[in-house]
Amino acid sequence: MKHTLSVLFQNRFNAIPRMAGLFSGRGYSIDSISFGQGEEPGLTRATITTQGDKQIIEQIAKQLHKLVDVIKVIDLTYEPYVERELALIKVSSSPSTRAEIMQVTDIFRAKIIDISAKTLTIEVTGKEDKVNAAIGMLEQFGIREIARTGSVALKREYQGVIQSSS
Amino acid sequence: MKSENRSQSKQGKKSEPVELTGSEILVQALIDEGVDTIFGYPGGAVIGIYDVFYRTPKIKHILVRHEQGATHAADGYARVTGKPGVVMVTSGPGATNTVTGISNAHMDSIPIVVFTGQVPSPMIGNDAFQEADIIGITRPITKHSYLVKDVNQLARIVHEAFHIATTGRPGPVLIDLPKDILVNKTSYKKITQLDIRGYSPTYKGHAQQITKAANMINNAIRPLIYAGGGVISGNAAEELRELAIKGNIPVTTTLLGLGAFPEDSPLSLGMLGMHGTWYANMAITECDVLLAIGARFDDRITGKLETFSKKSKKIHIDIDPSCIAKNVPVNIPIVGHAKETLPQLTARIHKLENKEWLETIAQWKKEHPLKYKMSDQVILPQYVVEKIAEVSKRKAIVVTDVGQNQMWSAQFYGFRHPRTLLSSGGLGTMGYGLPAAIGASIGKPDQIVFCITGDGGFQMNIQELATAVKYKVPVKVALLNNGYLGMVRQWQELFFGARYSATVLKDGNPDFIKVVEGFGGIGIRVVDPKDVVPALKESLKIKDKPVVMEFMVAPEEKVFPMVPAGASLFEMLEE
Ligand SMILES: Cc1ncc(C[n+]2csc(CCOP(=O)(O)OP(=O)(O)O)c2C)c(N)n1
Ligand SMILES: [Mg+2]
Repeated sequence: MKHTLSVLFQNRFNAIPRMAGLFSGRGYSIDSISFGQGEEPGLTRATITTQGDKQIIEQIAKQLHKLVDVIKVIDLTYEPYVERELALIKVSSSPSTRAEIMQVTDIFRAKIIDISAKTLTIEVTGKEDKVNAAIGMLEQFGIREIARTGSVALKREYQGVIQSSS
Repeated sequence: MKSENRSQSKQGKKSEPVELTGSEILVQALIDEGVDTIFGYPGGAVIGIYDVFYRTPKIKHILVRHEQGATHAADGYARVTGKPGVVMVTSGPGATNTVTGISNAHMDSIPIVVFTGQVPSPMIGNDAFQEADIIGITRPITKHSYLVKDVNQLARIVHEAFHIATTGRPGPVLIDLPKDILVNKTSYKKITQLDIRGYSPTYKGHAQQITKAANMINNAIRPLIYAGGGVISGNAAEELRELAIKGNIPVTTTLLGLGAFPEDSPLSLGMLGMHGTWYANMAITECDVLLAIGARFDDRITGKLETFSKKSKKIHIDIDPSCIAKNVPVNIPIVGHAKETLPQLTARIHKLENKEWLETIAQWKKEHPLKYKMSDQVILPQYVVEKIAEVSKRKAIVVTDVGQNQMWSAQFYGFRHPRTLLSSGGLGTMGYGLPAAIGASIGKPDQIVFCITGDGGFQMNIQELATAVKYKVPVKVALLNNGYLGMVRQWQELFFGARYSATVLKDGNPDFIKVVEGFGGIGIRVVDPKDVVPALKESLKIKDKPVVMEFMVAPEEKVFPMVPAGASLFEMLEE
């Protein structure tokens, strides 16, 4: 089962390898991991997605929490949460396909951020499945390169429905 | 000089503050931390620190003969004193030689602080001479580690390291010291406050959980306490005794828990697990409430997990939340320190009406005692252990190696006091015994220290005899020479058709007496059972050097009971 862990930590020397080591040390792989400065200067928030047995992930979460540099760990899997990923997708294009690619881009509320004679680079934001769907639709034109951030996620506070653009 | 410096700055005088080198700051921080003994081995990367040691009589540096020995000695020192053990080694090979000892301390939650030299900062990552990425190598086996990048951070890091090593669940902390940091100068200010945001272990048990646990215990019919090394490292043996006696609850301990509860108490069941007593393993199988304290349900304790203590509801007290419910589901988890939590619990329990249960246990003890066949022809290893207990009146510190010698020590000594058994539990490190015994003796110079070892393990760190001779450490080594890697041979005999593949030592063993004498120690070879006690008594008279008693023991003696690997605890093989 997929788990999304949100970890707030002090990004001091060796903190990230120690976190990663807790997964590899149990034979687990990290599907995606993203880091960035958190709400306070000096604090970093990591969003880690991984697949695995509930009990082992719980064990990893406890071990993460034990690390001296880690301040907070939440397994978002059991909470309502919002999640986004950003992908940059470079597809082959020619005058004959360009219009069609732009249509697909519109449907996914994505943006074209770079253009050349032979390529278009598209920025898509959304949940992982939306990004996957966009990539799936663009495949027919020939994908040259993809860069994805991996999930970033936060616990949802508002329990109602928000009109969302994705 | 330093106090002058401080008073000057207080008065706000304009004189230059005294600048110290990184090496000097390091040593000053160690002194401020209360360190008086360091186990180590010098080299190019730390030569500057050794120069400061040379003019710092407050710190006694013990020069070992191999860096592994330094880490085990620091570990032994920590286990007997309760203070952190300190290790200093050079970069590269010096650092990598500490790996086994660090891992050993990590597995058994022993507080040691290991300082490793490192190549100068600008050369790190260049495959410089004697460079090893020791931070990377030890990442999974340290509680925490630091690479010092700025001499201004050095003192703070040292104090943080000691704090982290000794609080919460104790463990090894490593500090890697690039050579340039040790040469750089800055003014030294004593650090009096630490602020480690992500680190605040829970000491007091959650009141509601404690109440629930007390209710569960008060309603138990067949209660059992299973106590581990956490009771000893948490200095909670007295608190455990009060709990057990007030509730009238029998107690079994792990290997590392031996000494946490006096084995002469009628409530004691001795050790449980793979080579535990028959009655302890039956009691944990049959109990209806199991109270685990500072123990981690290791596979050597539980046997086959699916059948482990199936009839019991479980309460688990541990300072490390990640230890709770890791292998075995627990009904009432309590995160807390044994010393604070046990009195909370004791206050809420009453004396249980469990006469029938205690009678059952007494019956088991009568029917399945620990036993061995005496002989007047050949020395039985169990007999040697019993006699060590007798001649030392069970007041000695016993340090074991790993293998059969270790299990016989655990079974037949009858431990009464905490911190009197030192053994490599989690890692099972052959070669632990001698250096750990030296560290223990240096930590407790007024106590008699026995090292019970095997002919295999003794040779793994035998070079430390030189350390014992040099520092006049009067360790008493009881070498149980069975001519085999006995524990492995036992498995081969029982499960591999007695094919003794690579376990025969007797055709290659050295003349141990000559070896010991060559080092400057005293060697006594004992062949006849009637000479065992005289040799032990003789050894007690020797106060200024190591003595090795080589007991030529029955070569094919086995450790029983035994739970075969993968079997259930109640499926014990007996003699
Ligand atoms: C460093 C290390 N290598 C290998 C082992 C595996 N091992 C466990 S017990 C044992 C035999 C120990 O033989 P000896 O020291 O003679 O003790 P005995 O069992 O005969 O008392 C071995 C090889 C180990 N525990 N540690
Ligand atoms: Mg042997």
